[in-house]
Amino acid sequence: MSAAARLRAPARWRWWEALLWLLMWAAPLVFAPHAALINEVAILALFALSLDLILGYAGIVSLGHTAYFGVGAYGAALFAKHVMPDPLLGLAVGTALGGVLGLLTSPMIVRGTDLTRLMVTMGIALVLLELANKFDDLTGGMDGLQGVVMGPLLGHFEFDLGARVASFYSLTVLFIVFLLLRRVVNSPLGYSLQALRDNRLRLSAIGLSVNARLAAVYTLGAALAGTAGALLAQTTAFASLDVLEFHRSADVLLALVIGGAGWLWGGIVGAVAFKVLHDFVSSFTAQYWNFWIGLFLVLLMLVGRERLFKPWSWFRRRGGA
Amino acid sequence: MLTLLFDGVAYGMLLFVLSLGLAVTMGLMNFINLAHGAFAMAGGYLLVLLMQRWDWPFLLCLPAAFIVTAALGALFERTLYKPMYGKPHLDQVLFSIGLTLMAVATVDYVMGSQQQNVQLPPMFLHRFEFGHGAWQLGMGAYRLFIIVLCVALTLLLQALLTRTRFGSRLRAAVDDPRVAAGLGIPVNRVFLVTFALGSGLAGLGGALGADMLGMDPTFPLKFMVYFLIVCAVGGTSSLTGPLVAALVLGVADVMGKYYLPKLGAFIVYVLMIVILLWRPHGLFSREGGR
Repeated sequence: MSAAARLRAPARWRWWEALLWLLMWAAPLVFAPHAALINEVAILALFALSLDLILGYAGIVSLGHTAYFGVGAYGAALFAKHVMPDPLLGLAVGTALGGVLGLLTSPMIVRGTDLTRLMVTMGIALVLLELANKFDDLTGGMDGLQGVVMGPLLGHFEFDLGARVASFYSLTVLFIVFLLLRRVVNSPLGYSLQALRDNRLRLSAIGLSVNARLAAVYTLGAALAGTAGALLAQTTAFASLDVLEFHRSADVLLALVIGGAGWLWGGIVGAVAFKVLHDFVSSFTAQYWNFWIGLFLVLLMLVGRERLFKPWSWFRRRGGA
Repeated sequence: MLTLLFDGVAYGMLLFVLSLGLAVTMGLMNFINLAHGAFAMAGGYLLVLLMQRWDWPFLLCLPAAFIVTAALGALFERTLYKPMYGKPHLDQVLFSIGLTLMAVATVDYVMGSQQQNVQLPPMFLHRFEFGHGAWQLGMGAYRLFIIVLCVALTLLLQALLTRTRFGSRLRAAVDDPRVAAGLGIPVNRVFLVTFALGSGLAGLGGALGADMLGMDPTFPLKFMVYFLIVCAVGGTSSLTGPLVAALVLGVADVMGKYYLPKLGAFIVYVLMIVILLWRPHGLFSREGGR
């Protein structure tokens, strides 16, 4: 293998990736009664993907990623209600709002330690939640924003109750974002981000501006979270305080951790696994779902991802140092 | 006005005792333990159980809550927390969130999701009043008790930290665990004792606050943010930092809820973000703004 081919190798499509995408496209047709669930999975996957970009690639820990999700959701819902009901324009508005908020808040997350970053991201989400609660004549407060009517997609696909159009819509957006992020993480910017995650000091010693890169990737991640939020608001024609609650930040983090941060499929695999697990556990103990997810997290962290998912490695000795 | 200030101080002292253990584990072991509130909840529920089922007197329940949660903390430190010390912060956060979720669901399952009521002994129901008008000061006997107890605890801890051999070992381990270990200080054992003490304090705080803060299964999640604010804002290198942060937070929260009911929490969070931007390592840390 030549050096150029080896450098290009991570960016190449593999056969199983194409196959997985075909399977995902077929899913709403095969499991038509579960189209709503597939839609939710696609949105969570998109959300997790946006977190993967900032956490898995740039190494920014965040407990408040839902701030951007919520802004995108409210933005899209309010846009549809008060300006015009076209979904694609609304999607653009949600994305833009998420991005603007990300840009505005990015100076706050480039400073300090992990703890500071956790607190500041969580604080941003909490501040937005309080604001949404306070301005309840705009956001509908506790009751949620009612009366959002979406127009047909591209002029002639109406959103139906079976969520079939919605699931295809979300899957398409997810696919486009996936393609975009593939380009981004395999670009020089993407490589510099991974270098930055691994050793920030060295990167600045090479002469790259750490803060500008962090700000850029944080803005992009926030914008994509806004897209996910807008998708949720549009496909459910509803937005409530729930989109800003802490549990959403925790859920998306969890989905990403299950799938594995630092590779693009992590968000998608994690979202599927998380939703399926959630559906499965809730079917027999809806109230105590928390316990099982907590147990799963503790085990995952104690045993380690590698060993939990590959039990055959338990008996192998660690080679070398 | 003064009454509000007094209530705020009592609330702040309570928050201080509750978050102290967290501050110590963060400073000492560099471990972000979001499950700290679960220990506080354990203390609170123990108090409720002992008082309701076995009719223990209130004052006897407080030390019991301290001892039992301290033992629980020591047990967990040895079995669950120890392997997590060297891991990245994100892993620690997820691990302790997992523990918290388990604790919440377990308590919900065993005790039910309703809020537990605490029957305070009659001597605490009294209320002292001084002055009149805008400067009237009403002091609930129970809140007075909390303040006195917490001040005593703070002085005791300060003495423990500065005057005893254990204290100097602890401070050495906080400053640089590797050098401390090199000097022959049993850092692991110091960690264990400190973790147990911190958990015990959380349990005591939970028991004390069961009446004021309200005990229900979501307690660890509800107050997690507050504990974290105290530690992040106060810094983790001394007792003074968290104490001042807890007092400011307590007073700001009580005043905010009274004067601006819809904006109270908002002000607290914005204040936290601003302080953290100004001094990312906390108000009283030695690292300064970086």
